[in-house]
Amino acid sequence: MPSIEVQQLSKCFSSDARAVFSELSFSLSLGESLCLLGPSGCGKTTLLRLLMALEQPSSGTIYIAPALAMHMSYVFQEPRLVPWRSCLENVLLPLELTAQNEASAKARAVDLLQRLGLADRLRHFPRELSGGMQMRVALARALITQPKLILLDEPFAALDERSRFRMQDLLLDLKDRLSLQYVFVTHSIAEAVYLGDRILLMDNLGRTRDWRAIEFAQRNQLLKLTPNFNSVVQIYTQLFGEIEQSMPASIHVRPAR
Amino acid sequence: MIANVRIWLADKLPAWIFLALLLSIWQWAVAQEWVASYLLPSPLQIYQTTVELWPEILTATLSTAQSISWGLGLSILSGVTLALLFFAIPIARRAILPFCIFFQTVPIISIAPLLVIWFGFGQPTVKASAFIVSLFPILANTLTGLQETDPQLKELFKLYKPSIWQLIFKLQIPSAIPYILTGIKISAGLAVIGAIVGEFIAGGGLGSLIDAARTQQRVDLVFSGVLMSSGLALLLVFTIEVISRLLLRGRPYLRKP
Repeated sequence: MPSIEVQQLSKCFSSDARAVFSELSFSLSLGESLCLLGPSGCGKTTLLRLLMALEQPSSGTIYIAPALAMHMSYVFQEPRLVPWRSCLENVLLPLELTAQNEASAKARAVDLLQRLGLADRLRHFPRELSGGMQMRVALARALITQPKLILLDEPFAALDERSRFRMQDLLLDLKDRLSLQYVFVTHSIAEAVYLGDRILLMDNLGRTRDWRAIEFAQRNQLLKLTPNFNSVVQIYTQLFGEIEQSMPASIHVRPAR
Repeated sequence: MIANVRIWLADKLPAWIFLALLLSIWQWAVAQEWVASYLLPSPLQIYQTTVELWPEILTATLSTAQSISWGLGLSILSGVTLALLFFAIPIARRAILPFCIFFQTVPIISIAPLLVIWFGFGQPTVKASAFIVSLFPILANTLTGLQETDPQLKELFKLYKPSIWQLIFKLQIPSAIPYILTGIKISAGLAVIGAIVGEFIAGGGLGSLIDAARTQQRVDLVFSGVLMSSGLALLLVFTIEVISRLLLRGRPYLRKP
């Protein structure tokens, strides 16, 4: 039984006659995490918003297993923190709105913020934080509800490299420990390969290619610039035909965890 | 500390020097009998009259202050409530708001006689007059504030399926606070005008004092009354500023310019 199943999904904004993508189908089994990879404007965010029901599909169906659908969380491309609430209050917001603000919630929020390196920023307001810090608060806000499925829209794009690596590891750690499943939008090949069990390549013409990271080799092998990783780049280059010449050389693949 | 004093002096000193210069020229011009003192009394004479008739002036000022507080207080209460009502029930807004706008265009001086007929002479009419002129800015500003809620934050709240009350009290009212405060500050100035106009017609307070002084050709007393009423307006704006700061407690509701 798939945990997420998308069938013949098409999305067309009324103001723009051209479909963002059409007849897109894929399914994910339980525990499998997906990275949506592709250039700007290929519909990654739209697909993510459709999964969260923030947009309605033009046609096609989306099935999300009830156990996941009840515990979904979303991280927007920008932090979207409430400016008049402190860091801690922003993290507690989802619990307040869903009336789960029990006594232990605050301790949980503090713990989360600590793990995200924001222990000394609990009482700060969003405007007093850097962009990267704000994004981490947004991540904590998405995690506080203890989701089973989390949809993330390029959440680490604004972070410096070190923080990005730490956040990626944190996400993988949560995936392992709490069997958190995620759909992650990125335009970084390295990030997609590192985080995704599956990668859905999308291009600007609405074409997609479903790619299974596990099929290539051991993940850790893959991450050490193996021929397999180069083949990812090749697929990407073939599919989009617009990747810069310097791209394969400039990708730094980090050592395995 | 010294640097701060220097900055403060550099900011405020020019205005004080200009005021001193203006008063000196005025005093000198009257002393030289370039202007008749019964048309333009000297600053010193105005000061002496104010001191001499202080008990009467103070009583009148307090009476006007009381009417203003009632009128403005009622405006804030009903303006914010009406705005919430109009916001929650769009059909009510479409039905009633045009008449509120029409009502706003009718000059208060032309309604004042009607108010005397309905409420009689004295404070009730003055309060009603202050209320009528100060209602609309608060209503209009609050409504704008409620409608201008950041759509991105609205979408964030939507993720957690809040109740209409949670949406209003946790998102829309806090977002509207800068607008409400601006409305109250505009209304404060108007409430002073409304009260003085009301007192011209219905009697009592500074309006009546100014009017009586005019009929007795006591221009010095007219000046005292005028100064007291503008002092009242300044004090009101200052009080609103202090109260709003206390209420907001340093929370960044106000957007950065």
